Parts: sequence; C-alpha cells; structure tokens
Amino acid sequence: MKPFEIVDHTADISIKAYGKSEKELFENAARGMFNIAADLEGITTSTELNVKVSALDKEELLVEWLDELLYNFYTKHIIFCEFNIVELTDKSLSAKIKGRFIGENKNRLKSEIKAATRHGLNIVKKDGIYEVQIVFDV
Amino acid sequence: MGGAWQGPLERIDDYRWMIPKSFMNGMNVPGIIYADDILIKSIKNDNAPQQVANAACLPGVVKNSLAMPDIHWGYGLPIGGVIATDIEENGVITPGGVGYDINCGVRLIRSNLTEKEVRAKLDVLVTTLFHTIPAGVGSKSDIKVSDRDERRIMTTGASWGVENGFGVKEDLDHTEENGCMDGADPDKVSERAYERGVRQSGTLGSGNHFLEIQVVDEIYDEPAANLFDLSLGSVTVMIHTGSRGFGHQICDDYSKGMVRCLSKYNISVPDRQLACAPVKSPEGRDYIAAMKCAANYAWNNRQCLMHMVRTVFEKVFGSSQKNLGLTLIWDVAHNIAKFERYKIDEKDKMLCIHRKGATRAFGPGNPAIPHEYREYGQPVIIPGDMGRNSYILLGTKKAEEETFASTCHGAGRCLSRKEAMRRHDRNTLLKELGAKGIKVMAVGKETLAEEAPYAYKNVNEVVNVVDKAGISKKVCRMKPIGVIKG
Repeated sequence: MKPFEIVDHTADISIKAYGKSEKELFENAARGMFNIAADLEGITTSTELNVKVSALDKEELLVEWLDELLYNFYTKHIIFCEFNIVELTDKSLSAKIKGRFIGENKNRLKSEIKAATRHGLNIVKKDGIYEVQIVFDV
Repeated sequence: MGGAWQGPLERIDDYRWMIPKSFMNGMNVPGIIYADDILIKSIKNDNAPQQVANAACLPGVVKNSLAMPDIHWGYGLPIGGVIATDIEENGVITPGGVGYDINCGVRLIRSNLTEKEVRAKLDVLVTTLFHTIPAGVGSKSDIKVSDRDERRIMTTGASWGVENGFGVKEDLDHTEENGCMDGADPDKVSERAYERGVRQSGTLGSGNHFLEIQVVDEIYDEPAANLFDLSLGSVTVMIHTGSRGFGHQICDDYSKGMVRCLSKYNISVPDRQLACAPVKSPEGRDYIAAMKCAANYAWNNRQCLMHMVRTVFEKVFGSSQKNLGLTLIWDVAHNIAKFERYKIDEKDKMLCIHRKGATRAFGPGNPAIPHEYREYGQPVIIPGDMGRNSYILLGTKKAEEETFASTCHGAGRCLSRKEAMRRHDRNTLLKELGAKGIKVMAVGKETLAEEAPYAYKNVNEVVNVVDKAGISKKVCRMKPIGVIKG
C-alpha cells in the first residue's frame, strides 16, 4: 500500500491517500499535503506541537485537520513531516505533529497550498484499505 | 472526480452550449458554456461541465449557471463560473463560488517607455524587480503594518496604500470599486486570518500569480488604445495576485461554517464545497462582511506592489514615475461576489453575482465606470500564460444582457501541474522562453514547469470567443518580455 499518490487535477493539486486504519489514512493525507508544500527528503525534526480538531463528521474532520496543519505551517513557520494521531473519533482528533522551522529550509518550499477543499471528498474502504481523494487549492 | 464529460451539451449558436435543466435532478436553471468548436473539445475532456450543473442547483439561482471559455475543473464552482442568485428569493451566497483567493485580480500599468528602451536594461530591470518584490510560498513584506492599520486596510482597501505613500489618488479612480467595497467589517474576520495576513501586504505569492513586463504587439481598436495612451511597442506592466493568506483563511473559516448552514436552512447541494447560506441570513451577512475585508486587502496588496514596481522603474531608468508615465490603466477583481441590479423577467432585481475566475465587463454608459472611460465601456484585463499574450478588452451592453456583465479571466489551464512537469524541466523551459526574448525569474523550485505555457489553453482562442460572442471587445494585445513568478 502506497501512503499517498499525487493525482492529476487541471486547476489545482489532488492526492489520493490510503491507510490500513482511519488513523493511518489521516496521517498519510497530512504527509501527502506536506509533500506538495515542501521537499521533505532527508528532513529531520526539531520541534513538535499537539493539535486538537473537532468537526461535524469524518470528512469535515479530515478537512479541518489538514487546514489546522496549514494554519500552523503558515503562522508558526514550521514544515511538518511527522504526524501521529493519538486519538480519533468520528468528530474529533488529537495528534502530535513534528517538524522543522522554515528558516534555513526555505529552499525546500515548493507550492503554496491555500487550503484543503471539500470538493468530492468521500472516505471509502476498499478491500480493507481506507482511501480518500482530496483537492487542494494552490 | 475528474474524467471526461459524458453529459449533454446542446449547441445554442457558434459560441454557446447548453446543459439542459433535465440533465440532473436539482438543477434550478440550465447551464451555459461559452466556447467555440475547438475549445469545447478541451472543456469536454475535463469534468468542469459537471460543476456548471452542480452550481445550477444553488437556491435562488436565476437565468443560467454560466461558464466562460477559460472554464476548467476547480472545486465548488468551476474556474470560469458565474452564478447569480436573487437575494429576495432566498438566494444564497457560497464561499465556494468566490474561491479561496478572494479578489484575486489583475492590474495593468502603462508607460512612456518603448520596447527598445526596456530591452536595453531588461536584465537589470527583471533582476531588480525579482529582488524587490517579495514572492514565493508564504512570502513576507517589508511594509510594516500595525494592528490598527490592518483594520484600516480591511475597511478602506487601496486608499490605505495611497494615504501611506504607496501611490497617488488617481490610482483609485482606475480600480474596480475604487479599490474598496463598502460594508467590510473587521470584527467578522477571525484571529487566524489576521495572523495569516500579517506582513503580506505587498507580496506576490506563488502558483499562477506573476508580475510581467509586456509590449503591445497588436491593436484592434485604435480609438480605445488611444484612450489608454497605448500604441504598438508601448511597454506595460501587469500584476496578478490576490488577498494572500488573509483571504485563504477567511474562505476556509466560512466554508466550514456554511457546511453547518446546510441543515439549518434545509439546503441540499451536490458538492459540500458549494455549502452556502441565504444572503440575508446572519451567516450570509457575516461572510459578505468578511469577504469584503479580504477584497479590500487584495486591492491594497496590488496597490503596494504597483508602488514597488514604480520605484524600481524610477531607479533603473533614472527618471521620475511621472516622466515615465507609469499610470494605472485599470485593476479588475476576478474572484469575487458583488451585488448588482439586473432585469429578470422584466423585473428589476438585486442579485448576488459570484464571479469565480470571471471578470466584470460593464458596457458603455454604466455609471460605475469612471467618466473618462464611460462612453467606451469598462476596461477588462486578461492575463495569459508567460509565453503567449495578454489582452485589454472593453465590457459591452451584450454582456450586461447575457452574462450578468461577465467575461473570461485568463487562459485557463488545460494540463494538470503534474502533467506539465512531465513535459519539460525548469532549465529547458527557461531556454525556450529565453529564445523567444522572454526573461523569466522564479522563486519556487517547481512553479516554472507547472506554469509552462503549454499547461494553459491558448489565450488568443479564449479571447476570440468572448470577442465574437460579443461579451467584451478586443482593444489590444501584449506579449511578455520579462516575468517574475513566485
């Protein structure tokens, strides 16, 4: 199972994320998103953060989770690369995320993601694997 | 998601295609796409017509769900989509019909310089602009703005820039809405949006945003070109950017809130990205007040960027901006919702017009156009890709009758970023553009290949459709000679 893959989308960027569990699906979606935002090859972590998110349902929760990460990326200037979902329910999650300050890693930055969108968002389970396609506005 | 369009597209005339209301349950009006026989093929390859049909399901929508010839697949509304809702008939407003980059737009500056004069200093000019204009992911500006001033920017827009030395008051006369929408309320903006907007006034950003030095290479309407003081070989500067992280966060905040409104107002939409609320509901009103803050922020952003451009030109050419004739021709918003009056079934109605990747195109005589341009129509600025052309057009009466005074906004993508990057690498592309006499500098590692000319439809074809369909009229065409990308 691939953690995620980039999918063609005319205007924006889209990924398909996979996971053996919903927790893993959420973690891999975050990995996919930061792979679009920055070159994560060989990056090591130097800072960590705990985040909590709540939403109406699981799809909303996924968008909220990704947008929470983007907000922290842009305002705390941290490239996140490790995601550990500690607790996940249908309407809330808590996670520990690790990354590195942009500072001297500025040359790692790739695309400016404005947001994760809700377009066509649908978490499905196929052959025991959870998957979801997410469109990002870039 | 995606895939080719399998649904019906009935030809209305040479430049219009209809998706009948019967195509899908829930459509309140038909969909109409502006395209010729060539463009419709690429439109069919992409699933954007489905998004035109989805938008036709919004409550209160009137006449048609429209798409301009630069339509491509987006989220919520397609890029190039125009939707009008009747605010007296429970018409809704949807953040997905405006987009994350609220008041993304374009401004065009003229100059007295000729191509020859600029080519002689092109390297130093492009390099100085590149080092002066903050661009790229999360770029920050040197313009220091206090908390009080951030609120002033939200309520006064480009006037803030002019009052603080970033331009002259004549600039405001040549900006859509004079660079400020009334009714912006900073209290409707989240703390997070403030945080994301800090030190981004006067930044270009990344993706398809750019700054271009251009040369007029075709004139179609001599009197109108004279009006803008342009002739063959005139040098212009185009700035394409929006409300940066500030607007992105506002769209994000309100999209989330509007998902909750769906059950509250018993609204059903085929795509959650079209989550909406009645214009007259508290949620609708709050979004509008916040959206206007972002729109004003964007106008000030382009105002500050233009000031930096003028300063660089003064330095490089050793002359004042007055002598260089660096006046603003026009500034358009192409991701925005506006309140405008139109006749629907012989009744005068106040409509909420969503233009997502579409440009307002008021015809001659419209009182919103400044008096010096009024008898000609509103200027429409259309950016193309970095290897082809950009255009100035004029709005028409026909646009006011047919498209809620809307026209296209650019070339429109036809290839995904991934596919564009597969075709060519950055260096090959730089060489190709260099051979065409275009000097390009970009901050991002991948931006250049993603934004390659072949990733876009041919802007000349797109503009020909809106011209021949009569929803705007060509004035002149520009070609790029210097490009700065984020």
